[in-house]
Formats: sequence, C-alpha cells, structure tokens
Amino acid sequence: MNFDIAIVIAIEMNIKVQNISKSYNKIKAVDAVTFEVNSGELFGLIGPDGAGKTTIFRILTTLLMPDEGNATVAEYDVVADYKAIRSSVGYMPGKFSLYQDLTVEENLEFFATIFGTTLAENYALIADIYIQLEPFKDRRAGALSGGMKQKLALCCALIHAPKVLFLDEPTTGVDPVSRKEFWQMLKRLQLKGITILVSTPYMDEASLCDRIALIQKGKILKIDAPQVITANYEKLIYDIQSKNTHGLIHDLKNYSSHYSVYAFGEFIHYIDKNVDFKPEDLQQYLEEKNHSDIIIKKAETTIEDVFMDL
Amino acid sequence: MVFETLQVSIIIMNKEKIIQVEKLTKTFGNFTAVKGITFDVYKGEIFGFLGANGAGKTTAMKMLIGISNPTSGKAIVAGLDVATQSDLVKMNIGYMSQKFSLYDDLTVNENITFFGGIYGLSRKQIKEKSIQLVEELEMQNVANNLVGALPLGWKQKLSFSVALLHEPKIVFLDEPTGGVDPITRRQFWEMIYTQAHKGTTIFVTTHYMDEAEYCDRVSIMVDGVIEALDTPKNLKQQFKVNSMNDVFLKLARNIE
Repeated sequence: MNFDIAIVIAIEMNIKVQNISKSYNKIKAVDAVTFEVNSGELFGLIGPDGAGKTTIFRILTTLLMPDEGNATVAEYDVVADYKAIRSSVGYMPGKFSLYQDLTVEENLEFFATIFGTTLAENYALIADIYIQLEPFKDRRAGALSGGMKQKLALCCALIHAPKVLFLDEPTTGVDPVSRKEFWQMLKRLQLKGITILVSTPYMDEASLCDRIALIQKGKILKIDAPQVITANYEKLIYDIQSKNTHGLIHDLKNYSSHYSVYAFGEFIHYIDKNVDFKPEDLQQYLEEKNHSDIIIKKAETTIEDVFMDL
Repeated sequence: MVFETLQVSIIIMNKEKIIQVEKLTKTFGNFTAVKGITFDVYKGEIFGFLGANGAGKTTAMKMLIGISNPTSGKAIVAGLDVATQSDLVKMNIGYMSQKFSLYDDLTVNENITFFGGIYGLSRKQIKEKSIQLVEELEMQNVANNLVGALPLGWKQKLSFSVALLHEPKIVFLDEPTGGVDPITRRQFWEMIYTQAHKGTTIFVTTHYMDEAEYCDRVSIMVDGVIEALDTPKNLKQQFKVNSMNDVFLKLARNIE
C-alpha cells in the first residue's frame, strides 16, 4: 500500500528542463540548458556567481519566462501551469527576502496565511529547524544573524509543505558550522520525500548532493554523481607543500612541464603535462630553488579540481 | 622543533605591531557583542579574522576601521587610536567588502578617480595611478565600461586595487572572495600575497576554510571572544585535526 503511494509521488515530483535559454539584452545568461532532477533527489547546481543559476531558479519557480525551451516541475509546465507550480513548490531566493520589520513568528504566520495554511498544520515539517529559532521568535528578522536568517527563510519556504524545494545559494556568506547544520537539515527534508534543487558556489558542498550539474557562463559542463565526476577525472594530481607557499606557487608555475598549479588549503595542487612525470625530478628542482620541508604526494581529486579544468 | 618555534617568536617580537587591540568591548543595550578582545597584528602579516555568523566579527572590524566607537578598551591601528582619531584611521587604511566596494553605475576609470579623490590624492597622482592600475589588471579594454557590467571576479580584483590607491599600511578585506569562481579566487589570493610581500598588512575575513590556510596567523572568534589565535599549522596541531575547517567546527559548534 505504502509502496503504491511512493510510486505515485515518484511520478509527480521531478523537474525536467529542456533546452532552456534566457538572455538579458544581448547577454545570454542561460544557454540551452537541459537536465532532469528525479523525484526525491537532492540535486545541486554548482557554479560561481554569474553562471546562470539564479536565472534557472527564477524560470523554474515561474518568476521569469524562458526565451526558448520548456520545463516542467512536478509535471506542471512552467509557463502554462504557473499557478499550480507556485502553490506546490517552496522557494528560498539567494537574497534574503523576508520582511525585516516583522518578527520571526510574524514572518512565519504571514507566509502560512498567504499559502492558506497555518503554522500549526505543518509544524512537524519545520519543527527541528524552528526549535533553534524559537528563542528569537519575537526578534525582528532584520536583527537576526546570517545563520538564523537562513534558517527562518528555510522555514518560510517549507511552511506550506511543498513537494519540490528550490534553494538558491542558501549557504552563501554563512559560516562553516551553520553550513554544515544546514546540509544536515536538507538531508532530513529529503528523507521526508521532498525533491530538492539547491545551488551553491562552495564546491565542497557538491559532494553532499546525490547528483550535480557543474555550470559556468550559462552552460552546463557536466552532470553526474559527484563521486563519479571525481572518479572519472583522468589526470593525476599531486599535493605539494614547502615552507614558503607563495614562492612555491611561483616556482611551480615556472616548472617547464607544469599543466596547472592551484593553491588548495595547506597544499598546492599540481598537475604535470607529462605522463611519465617523476616526482623526484620536481623535488630536485624545488630544492635547487631553496625550498625546505618539501612534501610531494598524490592528492585526492575534488570537484573543485574538476571544475577548474573544464 | 622547539628551536623552530623559538625562532618564529623572536621574528614576531622584532616585528612592528600595526594593530594593537586591548580589552576591546562593544555593548548594544544589554547585549555585549565583543567581550574584551586582546590581540596584535604585525606589519606585513596576512591575518585571518574568522568566526561564525553572529560571533562579533563585523562589530569588531567596524571598531578597527573607525566607524563604530568602542564601549571600552583600546585599539591602535597604524599608530592611531580608533576612539579619538577615527578620521585619521580612515585615511590610513584600505577597506574592501563584498557587499559594498565600487559604484556599478560608474566606469572603471571613474571609480578610480572617485575613490582617489575620497582618499585625498591629487589629480596628478590619480591620473598616474589610474594608468598604472588599469595596466596591472589588464583592464585597458574595459577601462571606460561600467563596473556593473564586469564579471564579479574582475570587480573584486579592481576593488582590492582601489582599496590600495592611497598606499595604506593596512587593508581590511571583509569576505572578499564570496561567490567568486575558483580560479579567480586563487588569483585574488595571489594578489594578496604579492601585496603582503610589499609590506602591506592584510586583515581578512572569509568563510572559505581553505583560505584560512593561506593566512600567516588566524584568530577564531566565538561568542564575542577570541577563542584561538595562532598559525594554521599550530592550530591544527593544538586541536589534533587535519584541516582548518575541522578546527573551526571544533571551536565554533553550538553557538548562536
């Protein structure tokens, strides 16, 4: 019985985007983008500012019409059935868009009323997030810290128990602790059967999604599970370290067979052009350049490595 | 190892202090946002100022750049008292934030001219600086384009250079790389390194923990106090973890 219901839901909650394009004046913000999000999936749009992420969100939440292509959300067409979409999706825009002069509680009640429901009716869905906000429920939204604003915005987007949740850069400008908590919340929402499309400029968050689309300059460069994307990366990356990081970057860039040199936390990620690259040769070169405490070892490929090589 | 640590501390002792903060406190009504923080920043250092949202970072930084008066305690920035010489502080520091940096409706050249004027540069100086800066950033082709039309990464690089127009001894960067693409983010840090090597002190906040690794020293604020301050390497050793992200998570958990 439950199984049947699951199948019915599975048909309803996916997102299909086919050849969507959108230009502002002469600038193509989104260029023939195609992807599908499966029902119940946590799907990430990963890319920097200006990649076209927000435009895609606005089209899917019916706030903007595409120039070309078509898209459906929960089987509803984003143009023809826009009203049905608006009542069945939750949207958390990138810019904080709640009423700054209303308190936490007033904002929640306001959004509940707009969607014809009450805070009590869907409380179970937001309970574990709202508990953290409750001590501040009489505080005006404008006076909340970044992490708290983000939690309130998520509650407001969930208040009408949407089937599909759109989160546009929910963790931008948010500290690592709040970011981690936020992703734990998303995982719990996913377990409740909500399909989630989330965008982020933080590449380390990509690995927390079921599948991701890497996007830059309006074009999707790759779609797959994050683990598959990193596993399929064929180049060998080395972690390199010495006492003088800035000098190391400079000297590695002057090493004749270098392919790419990027700082990665405490190490430099180095890729060589040659298949028969010998770390010993590089070690010797760096010693000649007076580097000390040199470490050269194989690195683990991250999404950010792949992204920078696209 | 002990010898190495000793050497480091001797080098630091010989360094000129460019920021001296002593028991700096800021209270709003009955809420104390910054609770008597004490630390020094040395000349030419890249100093990472980290903390969770709401930990008091922005409030502390506002006091250091002279736009918010301390409730108590003292801060000397570039030899000037932030409480009594705030106007002079503003003339002697550079500031760049992600939220506000340049005017979108002015061109690259107009922005340089405008901020050069604000910082009190002469017309001649502004002219020379404009040419030099546009050349260094390889923005000759867009020098007369509106800043609003530039990619974010370009804006951030330009904004950093503009913050350095008046050759300040110290520059404050408030989340300079938020949302910037990974390659530009790294290019930006190379600019920071280069500037630090010229002797400019860099005071920077970021939410990218890999960037915390690029700082000479890092402080982590939790709930209005500085909970930790050391080199990234020492902090990782102290907390027995492998990354600055884990240091941060260990320190800043369960706040707000």
